[in-house]
Amino acid sequence: MVTLFIIVLGIIMIVAAFVAIYQKNLLSAVVASGVISLLASIIYILLAAPDVAMTEAAIGSGLTTIVFLYALNKIRKIKAKK
Amino acid sequence: MLLVTILGVILIVLGLWCMLTQKNIIKIIIGFSIMDTGIHLLIVSIGYIKDKSAPIMDVVNSSQVIDPVPSALVLTAIVIGLAVTALMLTYAIKLFEIKQSLDINDFKELKW
Amino acid sequence: MVKKLIIIITLVLLAIMLMPLITEVKPFENLSSVSQKYVHAGSEELGSQNLVTSVIVTYRGLDTLGEVAVLFIATAGIGFFLRRKPEEERKKTKASSLVQTGTAFLLPIIFLFGVYIFLHGHLTPGGGFQGGVVIASGILLLMLANVDTKINTNILYWVESVSGAFYIIIGIFGLVLAGGFLDNRILPLGEFGKLLSAGAIPIIYSLIGLKVGAELVGILNNMQRSQ
Repeated sequence: MVTLFIIVLGIIMIVAAFVAIYQKNLLSAVVASGVISLLASIIYILLAAPDVAMTEAAIGSGLTTIVFLYALNKIRKIKAKK
Repeated sequence: MLLVTILGVILIVLGLWCMLTQKNIIKIIIGFSIMDTGIHLLIVSIGYIKDKSAPIMDVVNSSQVIDPVPSALVLTAIVIGLAVTALMLTYAIKLFEIKQSLDINDFKELKW
Repeated sequence: MVKKLIIIITLVLLAIMLMPLITEVKPFENLSSVSQKYVHAGSEELGSQNLVTSVIVTYRGLDTLGEVAVLFIATAGIGFFLRRKPEEERKKTKASSLVQTGTAFLLPIIFLFGVYIFLHGHLTPGGGFQGGVVIASGILLLMLANVDTKINTNILYWVESVSGAFYIIIGIFGLVLAGGFLDNRILPLGEFGKLLSAGAIPIIYSLIGLKVGAELVGILNNMQRSQ
């Protein structure tokens, strides 16, 4: 049962990694990378490490995506000023 | 668990492939973040022991817990990964300001 | 074409290098010898229920000191590179009323949750890092919902510097009064499982949590002010 769960989550993570690599729209690529971190946090709970799961959920799929979005916004504003 | 180790190795190889073949600087940074997640999964999966539980002790002298050391190492590594990613994105913003391009083939001044 | 071939060969070599981790490592039956000492002697010597906390704060305290230093260098680098835009040039779009009302309800609960996590670091899963990140997320929500928020950077700098300095001072107290650097037996161990137990671990972890939270708020503030 747990093995089946990990296989399904693993397949979704690999598909999301391919989306992040080959998608031309940068916003979709950033969101796919956030999805990978979120699913990794679920796998950490199945591996009996709750501290690591809390930290990865907050940092990987929260703050990292926000920092990417701030950078993309600033680049768009510089492009619009020229 | 063996499956999570295989998943970690696949994510490391995919992240490195993204860093080596993509031309956009933001894509390279996304590849770095994927590789980071893969390495953390690999380390935590080594510390797992079958049928034992999380390292919180309710009663003194109970010894049915998994290894606490890989958890402690990965906790530190996740926070450092965020700080390094934010610094790399700042460099990308500065490079864009100077040359108006996010393609890494345009920054060849240091090549011989 | 040649470049693609070299890249594929590099990746195949990397996969072959990582293969022994998959094929030759049998799943462990019992702990390695270092972890055995940490697990068996950890809760009696140090008095904390959470073993990962006792490893991070006391047994491997020097690694945590290095991590705090790396975080500080990264924040200083970001603050050095991003220039602040003056107030009138920035375009401010107001957040929708859904976000504003939701923030007004959720923000005190988020702060309370963050403080709870890092005060109970030695009893439940959690601790300084997680609590600091939750508080930084709460302040980010405040910055996104209310466009006129000005974070007082003086308070941020003072909180960060004072927490870092006290962390080192408590470490030196451990060197002078007890076993080694960052030993937590300088304060009495107390009863196992109560809030005021485990010596100096709550104090050290609260200082680390405040420092990490202040640095993450500093990163977000620098990135937002330069938009």
